[in-house]
Amino acid sequence: MSDSVDTANAGAGGVLEAVIGLEIHVQLATATKMFCGCELSFGEPPNTRTCPVCLGLPGSLPVANARAVHLGLMIGLALGSELAPRSIFHRKNYFYPDLPKGYQISQYDEPLCLGGHLGAVRIHRVHLEEDAAKLIHVGSSGRIHGSDASIVDFNRGGTPLAEIVTEPDLRSPEQASEWLKLLRSTLRRLGVSDVNMEEGSLRCDANISLRPAGTSGLGVKTELKNMNSFRFIERGIRAEIARQAEILRGGGQVVQETLHFDPASAAITSLRSKEEAHDYRYFPEPDLLPVTIDPGMIDAARADMSELPAERAERLRAEVGLNAESAQLLAFRGELGDYFEAALAAEREPAPEPQTLANWIAGELVARLAEGEDPAGSRVEPGAIAALVGLVGAKRVSVGAGRQVLDRLVSDGGEPEAIVEAEGLAAIGGGEDLAAIVAAALQANAEAAERVRGGNAKAIGPIVGHVMRETKGRADGTEVSRLIHEQLGV
Amino acid sequence: MSVTDIRELSAVAAAAEIGAGSLSAGELFSAYRERAAADRVAGPDGLNCFTWVAAGAPLTDVSGPLAGVPLAVKDLFCTEGVPSQSGSRILEGYLPPYTASAVSRLTEAGAALLAKTNQDEFAMGSSNENSAFGPVRNPWDRERVPGGSSGGSAAAVAAGLAPWALGTDTGGSIRQPAALCGIVGLKPTYGAVSRYGMIAFASSLDQAGPLTRDVCDAALLLSHMVGRDARDATSLEFPYAIELPTAERLDGVRLGVPEELTGAGVEPGVLEAFHASIVRAQELGALVSEVRLPHAPHALSAYYVIAPAECSSNLARFDGVRYGMRAEGALELVDMYTRTRHDGFGAEVKRRIMLGTYALSSGYYDAYYGRAQRVRTKIAEDFRSVFGEVDFIVTPTAPTVAFGLGEKTGDPLAMYLNDYCTVPMSLAGIPAISIPCGLSGGLPVGLQIAGPAFCENRLLETAHALELALDFDGTPARV
Amino acid sequence: MRCTVIGRDEVLHVARLARLALSEAEIEPMARELSAVLDHIARIGELDLTDVPPTSHVVEVSGALRLDEPCVSLPREVVLAQAPAVSGEGFLVPSPQA
Repeated sequence: MSDSVDTANAGAGGVLEAVIGLEIHVQLATATKMFCGCELSFGEPPNTRTCPVCLGLPGSLPVANARAVHLGLMIGLALGSELAPRSIFHRKNYFYPDLPKGYQISQYDEPLCLGGHLGAVRIHRVHLEEDAAKLIHVGSSGRIHGSDASIVDFNRGGTPLAEIVTEPDLRSPEQASEWLKLLRSTLRRLGVSDVNMEEGSLRCDANISLRPAGTSGLGVKTELKNMNSFRFIERGIRAEIARQAEILRGGGQVVQETLHFDPASAAITSLRSKEEAHDYRYFPEPDLLPVTIDPGMIDAARADMSELPAERAERLRAEVGLNAESAQLLAFRGELGDYFEAALAAEREPAPEPQTLANWIAGELVARLAEGEDPAGSRVEPGAIAALVGLVGAKRVSVGAGRQVLDRLVSDGGEPEAIVEAEGLAAIGGGEDLAAIVAAALQANAEAAERVRGGNAKAIGPIVGHVMRETKGRADGTEVSRLIHEQLGV
Repeated sequence: MSVTDIRELSAVAAAAEIGAGSLSAGELFSAYRERAAADRVAGPDGLNCFTWVAAGAPLTDVSGPLAGVPLAVKDLFCTEGVPSQSGSRILEGYLPPYTASAVSRLTEAGAALLAKTNQDEFAMGSSNENSAFGPVRNPWDRERVPGGSSGGSAAAVAAGLAPWALGTDTGGSIRQPAALCGIVGLKPTYGAVSRYGMIAFASSLDQAGPLTRDVCDAALLLSHMVGRDARDATSLEFPYAIELPTAERLDGVRLGVPEELTGAGVEPGVLEAFHASIVRAQELGALVSEVRLPHAPHALSAYYVIAPAECSSNLARFDGVRYGMRAEGALELVDMYTRTRHDGFGAEVKRRIMLGTYALSSGYYDAYYGRAQRVRTKIAEDFRSVFGEVDFIVTPTAPTVAFGLGEKTGDPLAMYLNDYCTVPMSLAGIPAISIPCGLSGGLPVGLQIAGPAFCENRLLETAHALELALDFDGTPARV
Repeated sequence: MRCTVIGRDEVLHVARLARLALSEAEIEPMARELSAVLDHIARIGELDLTDVPPTSHVVEVSGALRLDEPCVSLPREVVLAQAPAVSGEGFLVPSPQA
């Protein structure tokens, strides 16, 4: 999947390869903040969800939220990380108006989770930290005359975050965005976060460097900050790869810095030069004791975990009997998987064959819904599609008639059997009726019948078509074909 | 009872009298309030013990065990709606929206908030000369310092302006002023008392404790302070109730005298009083031996890395945004920060912020902070090993008696040496009490007794027996 | 590590990190005082501390965690009451971009 920058563009250096690592901040789905009991804010009026702790008032002290640790452990388990029996909160010291204490409580050299992988991408670490507050730029103000001013809203300050850092295993913008989607569906399935990028509960930074393809060293990397949609991530990374390639092509050196991608102008601008101002003076947070993880906490985290996409795909393949492609599709689009399993669980008679049911859901049904629509929200009850696929499998409804029934289910809902009854869509069986229609079709297509008798199998088409027209698609194609051959004596 | 009489009562005695109905809590409060307010009004002509004095008696449930006995509280404890400034210009007039856990526990037990006491700015100092609200004077000699940083609390108790007071101790800030003012000061085991609402100096060392006229008062006040607080992750459930001490003998109690803290550097008059009190202890049946604390001479160095490092971070929140002062006229953010902090902090606080920032900065962490934390480990090991041989360690509390105002302000290092005998216990997180053990040149000398973590009851019993035998007369200090 | 000398540039660098303005007259005394203290502190450099673990916390208990249960937040007028500059709903600061 390696995405190489074209030789022609890379110049004398030959083919360049992008090396990309991601840092993802995930807002954890707790009720309260990381270190105090204030409820998380979802658009409340500014500065109404604060207390002495998250305002950094003199004398206040942080106490870590047990649920945030629990959710962090679930993430670690999902990513196959090593869960540190003892991890430490550090203070990351810097001044900014959105940082009330003058330091952020984060984890440094002893994080909650180490290592792991998701798909083909290795995880470096997962740690817990608190979010910053929100700065609202208000332009010039009467109070601070002659200068632009900002207003600080501390509602968001102290919201619990898990930071997930990958190894630099990604090689292209598309791959980065695809992998991030997998991570998002994994986190959503876990229930640890609502992973909404637009609302900022999932935020992504990318570390990007280029190197000659086939080499294993790492070039100078830049950090692209806070991209808040999958599209921006792809575009931002692509733009940064192009920028670096151009520098290298011109014989220049990439400077290590933090960058901002403006999706409107596609421009990349430097936020600040890292080496200049930032000396975070990390040291162990003396107000918090080390977080010790006992087996009970790990068991509790494991017990709370629903099945992850990769595990679900394997189960759908091995236990339900789906082919690998369907299993993966239903697992990674969890809503389709949920719908599929609900349909199976409806235990309709005749029972639908699972692979056929998966094909109908992922093919016929999804094609009839709006893009990305969850079938659970449609008028088609999972039990109804199970019943329909069962009827088709038992040849009580032909495939063509089945599609008509599905049309009706999508538009009006209801039960397939009732629709079949009302619309007269039941398959015409192998009895006298169908034999007579076939006989009539052979008479009407005498020339074709002669060619079939002479050994031309393809000539059967017009005859079958005639039967289908006569039966309005209710006849079973296999049965029609059998009757034609029987009556022609071949 | 006359007003003078009731101020002679110890806090334990006063609480008992109120409980028995022979003394009115309101009358007691008024007696102290009047004297405290007079000192406040006198400004530099008084002792300057207080930064705030209650206008009247607060609503207090006198049926509680502390029976409405007035309490003076060091400025750095947050008290809702009452100025809590930690002796700093940057917090001048700051009214917190909440009350520190240690203070609310005491008021819930019936203590009545009398006053907030002057202190070294952000508890950084050993002479109370670093207060933005002026120096505190020593009631034994107005031209001398009361010690620090809980200098206002110590001077107020010694002068009879408050029956007892709350202080905090980071490297000696309760014990040293108690010694210099001739009263009792106890630094509990780290974690015994909640730090929630104490404006932090150095989080891994700060601990609240009582400053009292006698050991029984210290036990009573402490008994209502200890215990786990859900708001302080480093606080602990105290393993037993603190009892009022009754011991009069020290039979079989093993006292260790560490040569590292009782030799050169301690002035002769202090050593003399110290050794005399050791003789009294032996007369009470104590077994005295020499012990070694090999890393104690390095404690001060480790302390002056760890405490400034933590303070440099703890004081970053004073940025002129949410509370406190902001420099006028700053048009630009960094300018607003740097000028606010320049104007708002005093010289010593700035020095320690610089020192701590330097010690944590890139390239220096391992040489300073990392090493200091390892020295801390060795110091704690020294104590553990010694407490296998003896029950308590005894030392002079401070190397000198109260020194003159201004005498050491020009030499930070000389000032830091005041903490030489108290800092090792702070680094190890173990409890230590200072009791007055005699006079040198007419000025009080403190005896420090330290024991293993959570030995407070035994520590108080030992201090009580010695206190009885030493029979120190604190009366000259009454003003 | 003896005779640590902090120079003017280093003092200014540390002051910048600590967001402390220093007047011209304050720089030299600060450098001198810090050097004296650091020189004393440097004695811990003489100790052999190989394999000695650092102590961050003297309290030996495992992390006391808080249940994820909401508390009542402060009313906004209380939150803003002590601020040097407010504007309507929040704290007013010079814009970081300015």
